[in-house]
This record gives sequence, C-alpha cells and structure tokens, in this order.
Amino acid sequence: MEIITYITDIFKGLKSLWKGMMITGYYFVHPKEIVTQRYPENRKTLVMFERFKGEVTMPHDENNQHSCTGCGICETNCPNGSIEIITRKEVNESGKLERVIEKHIYHLSMCTFCELCIKTCPSNALAWGNEFEHAVFDRHKLTKVLNKPGSSLKKEPKEKKLEEVKN
Amino acid sequence: MTEEIKEILFTEHEEYMINMGPQHPSTHGVLRFEVFLKGEVVTRLVPHCGYIHRGIEKMCEKDTYPQIIHLTDRMDYFSAHMNNEAVCLCVENALQVEVPERVKYIRTILAELGRLASHQLWWCAFGMDLGALTTFFYGLRDREKILDIFEESFGSRLLHSFITPGGLMHDVHPNFQNRIKEFIKYFRKKLPEYDQLLTGNIIFQNRTKGIGQLSKEDAIAYGITGPSGRGSGFSCDIRKKYPYSAYPYVQFEEKLSEVGDTFSRYKLRIDEMWESMKIIEQLVDNIPEGDYTAKMKAVLRLPEGEYFQKVETARGELGVYIVSDGNKYPYRIKFRTPNFSNLFIMNKLASGGKIADLVAISGSLDLIIPDIDR
Amino acid sequence: MTSVIYDFTPLTQSIDQFLTKNLSQGWALTIELVIIGLVFLLFYAVIGLYLVLAERRVCAFMQNRLGPNRVGPGGFFQTIADLIKLLLKELIPIRRADKFLFNLAPFIVIIASFMAIAAIPFAKGLHAIDFNIGIFYVIAVSSLGVVGILIAGWSSNSKYSLIGAMRSGAQIVSYELSVGLSLLTIVIFAGSMQLSEVIQSQADGWWIWKGHIPAVVAFLVFMIASTAETNRGPFDLAEAESELTAGFHTEYSGIKFAFFFLAEYMNMFIVASFAATMFFGGWMPLHIGGWDTFNHIMDYIPPIIWYFGKTALMIYLIMWFKWTFPRLRIDQLLTLEWKYLLPINLVNILIVAFISWKHWHF
Repeated sequence: MEIITYITDIFKGLKSLWKGMMITGYYFVHPKEIVTQRYPENRKTLVMFERFKGEVTMPHDENNQHSCTGCGICETNCPNGSIEIITRKEVNESGKLERVIEKHIYHLSMCTFCELCIKTCPSNALAWGNEFEHAVFDRHKLTKVLNKPGSSLKKEPKEKKLEEVKN
Repeated sequence: MTEEIKEILFTEHEEYMINMGPQHPSTHGVLRFEVFLKGEVVTRLVPHCGYIHRGIEKMCEKDTYPQIIHLTDRMDYFSAHMNNEAVCLCVENALQVEVPERVKYIRTILAELGRLASHQLWWCAFGMDLGALTTFFYGLRDREKILDIFEESFGSRLLHSFITPGGLMHDVHPNFQNRIKEFIKYFRKKLPEYDQLLTGNIIFQNRTKGIGQLSKEDAIAYGITGPSGRGSGFSCDIRKKYPYSAYPYVQFEEKLSEVGDTFSRYKLRIDEMWESMKIIEQLVDNIPEGDYTAKMKAVLRLPEGEYFQKVETARGELGVYIVSDGNKYPYRIKFRTPNFSNLFIMNKLASGGKIADLVAISGSLDLIIPDIDR
Repeated sequence: MTSVIYDFTPLTQSIDQFLTKNLSQGWALTIELVIIGLVFLLFYAVIGLYLVLAERRVCAFMQNRLGPNRVGPGGFFQTIADLIKLLLKELIPIRRADKFLFNLAPFIVIIASFMAIAAIPFAKGLHAIDFNIGIFYVIAVSSLGVVGILIAGWSSNSKYSLIGAMRSGAQIVSYELSVGLSLLTIVIFAGSMQLSEVIQSQADGWWIWKGHIPAVVAFLVFMIASTAETNRGPFDLAEAESELTAGFHTEYSGIKFAFFFLAEYMNMFIVASFAATMFFGGWMPLHIGGWDTFNHIMDYIPPIIWYFGKTALMIYLIMWFKWTFPRLRIDQLLTLEWKYLLPINLVNILIVAFISWKHWHF
C-alpha cells in the first residue's frame, strides 16, 4: 500500500540520518581523536623520517672533508639542470694535474627530487637532508653551494671506491 | 553584429551560458566547463581543457629513459607509482630484461597502496562536492597513514620516482611490512564508517541514484575504462585481462555493475578498496628476498621499433607507446591517459540534468586534470 | 527568590519610574526605546561574533581537528580579528549593478532579523515586546528576510547570484508554511499566542514532554523547516560553495558581506531560541508536576542560565545537521516540503486539536 511505503520510507530515512549523526557526534565527544600536530610549537621534538627528501646535501665529516671528485656525472644525469659543477685543475702530491671541485652549485628552486644524482654518484658524495623549511623571500637564496668553504677531498684507497659503484 | 552572433550561439532565446570556469571549487583542477542552461536545466556542456598543459611528452624527448620517470609522476599524481610502472615495464619489455621476483611483489604492493590512497581522496572530495564537508577530513586522516608508509621508505609522500627501469631505486625500509599490516588492520575498521556516514544516507542516495546514466555501449564507444566503465558493465580490468608484475599470483574479483548511474560507480570504488586490501594482504607476507634491481647498463638504448604497454591506474587504463630509433632518448613517447577519454562523456551525461547533478557526475567520474592535459 | 537575577521586573520598572518622574511621557518613551535599541545592538553584535567562533570550533571537533586557537586564549579574539579585516576591505563597486538596491539588500536582511529578536523572552521581566500575537508577529517579520536575498541576487548583475537568489526565494517561501504550522501545535496546547503565556503554561512541565508524540513530531518538523528557512545545513544550496561560489552574496565584499554572514547566524540564534521557548519552556526551569522539592531545587538556577543553556543545545543541534549531511538539490528540497512535511503537519494539527479537546495530554 502506498501509505505504508510512504511511512516506512520516512522512518528508514530518519534512521539513516541518525546513524550518520552518530559518527560525527562520536568524534565530537572524543577530543583524543584529534590528529592535528601542533606545529610550529613542536619544532623541538619534531623528528622526520630518516629517508625524508628535504634537500640534496653533501655530507662533510669532522675534518671538513667530503667525497666529491668533481666528475660531473650528477650534472649529466640531472634531468633539468639543477646542478652545476665548477672545477679547477690542481697539482697533487705525485706532481700530476688533477681535477678538483671548486663549487658544486645546486638550484633548490628547480630540483624535482628525482634522486638520480644521489643514485648515480660513483663516490657516494651526495645524500638527502631532513631540512624542510625552505621558504625564503629572495629566490637567489635557493641557489646553494654544497661543498663548504675550506673543505677538501677525503682520500680513500682506490679499491674501496670501486666496490661502492652501484650501476 | 553581436545580435546576430547571439542568435547563432543560443538555440532558444531563454538559454544562457555560465562558465564553471578554470578556478572553481568543484572542478578538481583547472578545467573549464561552458554550461548552457535553461533555468536550472543543463542543455549543453562544452569542456575546455589545456590550462595545465606542460608539454610532458615533448620534454621526454630530450631525457634518457631513467630521467623520464620523474616526469610521468606528475601526470596523474594520485597513481604516481602506476605511471612509473607503465614506463618501466615498457622499457624492460623492449630490452627483454627480467626483473627479480622481489621487485614484482613490491611494485604490485605499491600500486595497490596507491590505488587505496587515490580512492580515499576521491571519496573525501566527492563528499565535499555534494556538501558533506566532514567526509573530507575523515578521508584525509586515513590517507595520512598510507602517506606515512611511503614517507618512511621513499622519503616523499606523493611523487616518488621510485620505480626505475630494471627495478627499484633502493630497497624498502625494514619497517615496511609491519606498517602495512598495521594499516590494513586499522582501515578494515574504518571503511564501514564511510558507509555509515555517506553510503546509507538517504540524502546522498537521492542525490546519486539514477543520475548520470551511462550505458555499456557508450562506455565502450567513448573508451571509458576504470571504475567508471566497470560501473556500466564494461569489463576492462587490465589486471585481469593482461596481467603484469605480481598480479598473476593473487586472487581477486573484478567488480562489475549493470546499473550505470553515479551511485553504482560510487559503490564500485568502495568495493575496489576492499579488493585492494585483499590483494595487499596476500602479498605482504610473502615478499621474496633478493635483489631490488636487475643488472642494467649505465646508458639504456632501446632497439629500433615501437613498444606498447598498458597498466590499470586508479582511474582506468594508462597506455605508454614508445617509438625508438636506437638512440638513448625516445623518438616519440605517447601516453594514452584514462582521464582524457573519461572527460568527453560529460556532455552526454550532464545534459538534461541540473547544475547540482553536473557536480555529482563530474565527481563520480573522478577526473584529474593534469592527466587530461599532460 | 526575589533578587534581580531571578526576576528582572523590579529593575525595569524602577528605570521606568525614574524616567517618567523626571521627564515628560514622550521623552521618557524615546529614551527607553534608545536604551533598548542600544542594548539589542550590542547583544546582536556580540552574540553574532561568538556564534561564528563557536561554529568553527564545533565543526573542527567533529572533523578531528582543532579550530582557531591562536588568536587569544582558545581563539577568543578570532572573529574580532576577522571583523577588523572585513572592515578594512575594499567595497568593490559592481559595473551596471543597481546601486541603490545593491546597497539596500544587506540592511533589509539585518532589519528583518533584528525585529524578530525584539520579541524573544530572555528571562522573567526581560522581554522587550510582549504582544498578544507574539508568535504571529515573529513569523511575519522573519519572512521579510527573503526580500533582502532576492534583491541582493537581482541587483548584483551576475548570473551566479541570480540563480542562487531564485533558489533561495522558492525555498524560504515554501518552508515558512511548515514553520508556522508546526508552531501552531504548541499554540493550540498553550491556548494563546502571547509568548509569556506560552512560557507560563509550561510551569508544570515542558510541552515536549507534556504533549508527547504530536509535540515530538512538531519539534522535528520545526527543526527541519527552520534550518531550511535560515538557508543553513543540508539546505544551503543558495550559497553552495562547491557549486556556485557563494550564490547570492558572491558580489558582496567587505562589511556588506559581513552583514549577510552575521544575519545568517543571528537567524540561526532566533530559530534556536524559539524552539527552546515553545517546546522546551524558554526560561522556565525543569519542573515535573507534583514533585515540589525537585521543582524547588531546579528554581535555584537563574532563569537566564536556563534560557541560554537550552538555546545553546538547539544551536548545537543545528550545527550538527550542517556538518554531517550532504546538500539537497532544489527539486528534492521542494518535494520534501510539499509532499512530506506539509501533510505531516496538517495531520499533526488535527491530532493535536483532538487531544487538546479531550485533555489527553499531561
């Protein structure tokens, strides 16, 4: 009968609405379910995941030494030219002219975080850093020089370097 | 002169035109709909795409094959893993390289996690379009757990560039399997809540049942694949028809529905979320040990010829067509994207309905605009 | 029980006597009107501001997040900061818009809701206008708001605004019927349209309890119809953000937009307070007929606290509706009114008339 379906429709509709209201009502009275992180008040205790892709860095050890030989493989592999390598020729201990890295320029504003430079570096000189607060008022501050002033190349025995070549 | 133009443009004198236009809260991305209305009823709809065309296919012509991957991420960004996988499978088939089993399992798990995350975001945006603003936050809250899994292993939440020709960039984090198992346990409890909040709601059902009826013939003719096509009975799941990676090793159902309306497309995506969880559960405990990549040369040169590969992304069938002339750069790469085909059914579906129906239909087709424009 | 917090009549009468003793009748009346006007303006502004903040916090808690909590303790000064921002914004003039009507529309909406506030009984003796046709006056005056909305949509010279205004006009005019008819049930029970009489008749129990099933049905219908009246909740397609980018008030900026926004929240307050007054007793404490000690304990809480508590509960209910349900389409909305709410209302009134005649209520 149409009257019966009319009335049962009303009750079914109201029941479905009530069930929906129960969910939002549940979350209203359970403030423990709030998932907001209190940034920036929690900056001191904030721990990012160790593999987080914040920016490309060149790790230096305690003697201010890095592993970059200035070979330029990262510059060739970068798809959009975010890396520029500037090298100079120097005379090393055995008297031969050798290529030494002068500036490893990294354009953070153009980087697409594809990881090719880190992966193809034969001397493992680059790594990801965890810093994510990159907002600046001047775009030129986003062009960084990765090797620190006064740093020099870490001397490793040659056999160890060959083992670390990935592919 | 303008009077004459107006006479030609508007078929009847009562028709007027509104731009739902590139900036709009409910077209997800920069897409322009020219909507011709008579009162509240839509008579015609003309979509204009191309506002976010970046020339990805052209940019790929100057990049080597490992460098293409980071560009394909940015087409349909919610199925980033699946886009990467499509190009990698095409290149690996061309070079006839066999990837290790571990790689196949991990690629499939990542694809299914990506599908889950994409459907979660679709659900929350669909609810928001229809006016239920709370669904947005519930969907995002659950999606954060998947993004945490991604962030721990790969370092980024949305665009990973992790799957490369030959295998993976590096191995996954040791915590990968535990996190996934925790997530599946958590999400199995939360997904019925989605049903309680939106699916069973009488207002929602009245808004979506009978709206945007898509027949099976139309779906096949326009090339509507993915959940939108399966909602009309078009059986087009690439994972079943042309299985790749680890899909031959898992058992799951291809959900179909004979009714072609918005509600059936909605229900189908929710069912697909359950199926994805089933697939992940079958795979996550059995990941074989081994290498995370096959031995590849430093510079990849594809032999001369044409190569094609299709995969099932969250929105339909993605096809990658590479023409190579023996160089290390592709001569031409063409992407057949699912959203491009799905967009042009909008005129047929939305005509005769109201503006509110237009919003519901475009939400149910799940359009991602950068995929249309590449 | 005679301190001023329980009964405001001595306070108002003393002010009245003070004024009539020192000034002529006309001047005393004028000064009283000015005082009442200023008090109401202040009340309107303050409650409007804090309702916006309350809505943002309530919706945030429902969505698993915190609301605004940085500007002031717990976000106390958030709306004041927003108000200052809106005051400083540029009032964008619209090309070829009807200037007089464009500027007039926000004021009409505010005036309509302001006139309705005047009739609310806040506490015993704190009742500005106590007509003997109280309910009738309120319903009549609150329907003036639709004129403001239609004028706003028409004079904006924009298709989006016009669609929103037309939808809203149809919606408000239809739902006024349901609002009026559902309040009619309580008028039949109480026997009078005067608001103070209605409250006095609930001295031995609120009508939602005394009038059992028909009163509950009338209450549900009233809540649904009044959320539709105020363009809120699942019926807000006049300003549906995800479809029409703000509907009839798209073209308004700065303080004129703030007027529409404020008027919407005050309409919600008015509707909630009338639900509290008619169905839940207004400022009357919870009395159960016959339990004298219980009634005596309940009387210790001042009536104004009772009133604000009940209104807050009703406001929470209206907010709960908005944040849970999706929006209705315009034809579904009108179907709901004409095919469901109106027949239910008419049948309900018949039943209530019968019950009242036979004294089958508590």
